Order: sequence, then C-alpha cells, then structure tokens
Amino acid sequence: MANWTEETISVAGTELAMVKGGAGKPLLIFHDELGYTGWMTWNMELAEQRQLLMPLQPGFGKTPRLDWVRNYRDLAGYYSRVMRELHLDPVDVIGFSAGGFIAAEMAAADPRIFSRMILVAPMGIRPAEGEIMDIFPMTMRTHLRATVADPLHTPEFTKIYGGEMTPVQFEAFEEARAESARIGWEPYMHNPSLPHLLEGLSLPTLLIWGDHDRVVPRGCVDAYRRVIKGAQVQVIQGAGHRPEIENCGEFVKGVRNFLKS
Amino acid sequence: MLIGYFTERPYRWIPEDEVLRNHAYFAISNKFFDREKAADDYNYFLDEYCYGEELGFDALALNEHHGNPFCMGSVMNVEASILARITKKPKIVLIGNPLPVLKHPLRMAEELAEIDLISHGRLVAGWVRGAGSEQFFNNANPAYNRELFNEAHDFIIQAWTRPGPWRYEGKHFNYRHVNPWALPYQKPHPQMWIPGVLSPETVQWCAEHRYPYIGLGTAIGPTCDLWDYYADAAANLGYQAGPENFGYLVPTFLAETEERAQELGRNFAFGGGQNAFSRPEHTLPPGYNSKDAIRRLSHQPGGSWLGISADKLGGSRHDEEEVSDLNEVRAKLTAGYKKSQQNLQTIIGTPKTVLPKLKTLMRVLRPGVLIVFNIQGPVSNEDRMTSMRLLANEVMPAMREYADQLELPDSYTRTPGSVAFRSGTKRDPVVDRSPLAELGLK
Repeated sequence: MANWTEETISVAGTELAMVKGGAGKPLLIFHDELGYTGWMTWNMELAEQRQLLMPLQPGFGKTPRLDWVRNYRDLAGYYSRVMRELHLDPVDVIGFSAGGFIAAEMAAADPRIFSRMILVAPMGIRPAEGEIMDIFPMTMRTHLRATVADPLHTPEFTKIYGGEMTPVQFEAFEEARAESARIGWEPYMHNPSLPHLLEGLSLPTLLIWGDHDRVVPRGCVDAYRRVIKGAQVQVIQGAGHRPEIENCGEFVKGVRNFLKS
Repeated sequence: MLIGYFTERPYRWIPEDEVLRNHAYFAISNKFFDREKAADDYNYFLDEYCYGEELGFDALALNEHHGNPFCMGSVMNVEASILARITKKPKIVLIGNPLPVLKHPLRMAEELAEIDLISHGRLVAGWVRGAGSEQFFNNANPAYNRELFNEAHDFIIQAWTRPGPWRYEGKHFNYRHVNPWALPYQKPHPQMWIPGVLSPETVQWCAEHRYPYIGLGTAIGPTCDLWDYYADAAANLGYQAGPENFGYLVPTFLAETEERAQELGRNFAFGGGQNAFSRPEHTLPPGYNSKDAIRRLSHQPGGSWLGISADKLGGSRHDEEEVSDLNEVRAKLTAGYKKSQQNLQTIIGTPKTVLPKLKTLMRVLRPGVLIVFNIQGPVSNEDRMTSMRLLANEVMPAMREYADQLELPDSYTRTPGSVAFRSGTKRDPVVDRSPLAELGLK
C-alpha cells in the first residue's frame, strides 16, 4: 500500500498544503469543489506507479484563502505559478469537476504546462444542453447525495460521508462551499471565454464521465471534446459524478491506459 | 422613546398548505400570485401606514424582501417615496436596504436623497445584509456579503458628504464620476439604524459607527446579551451606550376580546410563521456567515427568525422530511405560537393584557425606539386597523408615560455616542434582567 503524507510548502506567496503519495513520475491532481476527501482506493492504486501531488485548494481550510484570487482563472494562474516555482512542468494532470475547470484554464493559458490532461466530469464550460447543477442552494446532505448515483451501495461514499455529519465536517464543507461560491458564483462555475481559448488545443486529453452524473451534464464533456483536438471520452456506465469511487476499477484502468498511451 | 409602526405587507392570499409543503415561503411558485388582489393590497398597505400617522405613531417602518410572499415590499424605496409625499409628520424608517444585493450604491445614494428631500428630512436610512434567500434571488455572491455591505455603506456616506465630482475605485464598485446632484435634506445625512437578528459582528460594527441597533423580534435573553456586548464595545470606544443606541421590533396584535385576539394572533404562525421565511438551504448560502457564526451554528443551532431554528438547521445536516400530515405541522405551529407569547416574542391580547407585556419589554430592553409589527396571515383589513386603533388609543399613552418614567431617550433626543464614557469607571447598565426570572426566561 502506497503511503501518503501531507506537507505545507511555501510557494507562490503562500503556504500551500499538499498531499503527496507514491513514487515515480509526478501526477498532479486537482480535487473538486467540496475539497479533498481523504486517501481512497483510487489514490492508492494510481500511487503504485506515480507520485501523486494533490494541492489543497486555497481557502478550503488548510491552505489560506488568497484574497486576490477572485475566479477560477485567477486560481489557475496561481497554480501555474506554483508549478513554475516548483519546476514541475510539464506534468500529467487529473482535475475533478471544478478541479477540471482549473486544469482547463491552465491549459488554455499555456498548453505546454501539461503533458497529458484528464478531466473528470469537468465544470468550466457552459453546456449547450443541460445545466451544471446549482450546488449552492442545497443542503450539504442533498448535495453530497447528488454526487453519486447510488449513495447506499457505494462503499467508499459511505466511508467518507456516512452517518451523522459532525460539526467538524459541517464546518469543513461550509468552508469549501464558501470558497467555491466566492470564485464560482457568477458566471456559475464556468468561464464564457474558456472554450474560445481552448479551441484547437492539441494537448492529449481524456474526458471521463459517469452516465448517471447529475452534477455535470454530458453537454460539458461534449463541449470540451469539441474544442480540444483529439480528446478521448471514457463513459463509465452506472456511475455518477464520482466515478473514481463509484467504479474505481474502470476509472483506474482508463487513467492508466491513457497515461501510458 | 419613539413608537413605530411596521408591517411586512404580507401577501395574504396564498394557500397555507403550499407554504407548509414547501417548508417555506421562499421558492413557492408565483403562479399563486393574483394581480388584482396584490394591486388592492399595495394600496391598502399604503393607506394603513397613513392610518398609522393619523393614530399618532412616531415612525413608519418599511422593509423589503425579494421573491417572497412573506413580504410584498420588494422595492421599499418606492413605497417610502410615496409615504414621503403623502404623510407629513412621522419618520420614515427603512429597516433596511440590503446593501450587498444592490450592485449600484450610487443609485441608492440618489434614491434615498430624493426620499429625504420629498419628506423634508424625515428619512431614517437603514442597512441590512439581506436574508440568505436574497442572495439567490438577486444573484449576489454570498461569500462577499460582508465586504459588499461595508464597501457600499462607506461609499454611500462619501457620496452624500464629499463634494464631487470624484473618482471611486474600490474592490467591488467602480465609478469614474461621482457627483450626485440630489443630496439628502438632513445634514450631513439621515440617521442610520441597523436592524439585525443578533449577529455579534453586526452589533460590533454598529457600536463602532455609533448606529442604533434594532433587534428584530429576537429572543429577549440573547437580546440582552447583545445589548451588553454593544455597550461593552461602546465603552471601549469611549462612549456610554444608552436607549438611543437600541431599538426593538415586536409582533403585536390586539383585539376587543382576548379570545378574538388569540384566534387572529394565530396568524403569526400562518404557514410556519417567521421560521418558514425560507428553508435552511436558502437561509444560509455558502459564505454568507462568518467562520465564527458557522462554528456557533454547527455546535449550538438556535435562533428563531427568518428561517433559522434548531429544527430547520438540523434539516441542513439531514434530509428534509416529507410533510405527510399537515395537521401535525399545524399542531406544532400552535405550540410554537403559545411559546412565543410566553417568551414575549409575540404579544397578543386586549389593551389591558398587552400593556404589561410591552412595559416588561421596555423595562428589560430599555429601547429608544419600539416598533410594533402588525399581524401576518390572512387577516381582514378591518381587524388589522382595529388592532392599530386599540394600540394607539388605549396603550400608547401609557407606554409613553412609562418611557418617560424609565428615561428612554431616542436617537433624536440624544445623539447616539454623545455621552462620554469615563475610563476607570463601570459603564451604566443598558438592560434590566430582573423581570426575566419571574417570567421564567434567562
């Protein structure tokens, strides 16, 4: 089993908390709008071959909020600076949901920053059909349950979110939601200029999407595929917005195949 | 002490079952909106405020909410403009304009200046952060709520007091030409009163600005605590707080007999009452509350106004239950209605039974302004006006006499913050908790 550590590094003008695990070529991972869930099976499996680097988003409790970051493009700019200062680029990246939005913004600004990009149910582009679910006027419970197709039969979901929500969890979620709202409120979790800036991008890209996703519609995946040349799509049947825990096997297989292709 | 009159101008024609099934007023479909009835009611409520002037109320208080049948005042400056023209004497009190959702504070400065001018200086401006649901309705980023509030407030003061033209470049607002031609009638500007539901951050801010804080029907014990908190902050800032720094709004309804009053008063619980203003997901949008407030809520859910009750907050951590038995819900509401009377958060009765309760509130909270809030729910115009008349004719004179006895100056009689605090001494008390034990309240 690959071990993981959490450390804080002084970089890009702040103290950035980062979860690291495994060994090998670095794989940068951007968590979603609800924050880092903890080390799960998919992390463990990918960490067998790669060194996972998972920055904890500023304002989500551990890394201090950056007041000057006021939208996802700013946040992408911050992470680009992190990579520049850590001499990380080019690197493979996985972005989940709003984390996919961050990665896409970084790729739009400078495609050379990544060698391969995996976007899992990415927000960031307004779909032609359907809507990105408005997660802000929801109770935490409703929101969390909406992220998976079958909350009762998704063991790792129960592991993370099962039982009564403790005051500590409640506070952590509220912190993550507050920061996501601060930078993603309007336009809602997308940037109208992003598809134009991505158009014609030739970065090897894999788009992963669960066909029961209620948070990010298929239209978002289609929009990314339209603008990124040669982008591949992997649809995971029966999974919702968290295919990495809902069908870890398919997810890890898809990621591994893409990264070695 | 000033005695003010207030109504939420409720939309009275909504089926209660719809509110109960929705767990709230906010988010009920406007397919239930009847234009004819609403047109009549907007006019009636303006007449009602005029009746308030006729009866001798010192202040007419307005508020606004958005997308919510709980309150038909969506743009209260429109109503305030009309009252500025058609009334002559009472203060026109705004409790208050929701600064964070405005998006155009320069226009607000101009609107209020016009109202103050038309009324010949009777405007009391008031600012609120806006209920949680206002953030959704107006698409105002809740995570910037406090910043937007502070910046808009500071900007409006400048717009009213700094000769133009000048350029403003802030964090949330930018103006290349600030030079409002209409300036408030009152110099340097109208008084500002800040209504709230006991957020310590807001109370601290009020103390810093020496603005009166108006408790909106808040639980009496915690209200005393916050008054003390204000007074302590004031002492640290070098002044002694007094009644001129405090106001209180209390739902009050009178009828000729106790039975009739109780029967009609039940409408304060109509559709769930204040706690049904909005559901928790709309009441507490992400980032709307400070970290401290979230911490307090997560450990000690409480409060009883505008959607935040222990039960309702619990719902934000659990699934909302389907409403299966509306009668069961109504039974709970009736119990809550009775409790709110015991707590003095709702005052119902005849002139004879209402007066001692109002006197107790006055003695405990020592407010410089006391605003009575007329009933919600589907009550007839006649019953509403009877309540006002009974209060004005048979209760208000005794209230005024008692206020004189208690020495409760309002913010016009004594400027808030004008009494210096002598360091090294103990500040004067601002509340009197002694009646609370007799009432079984903390």
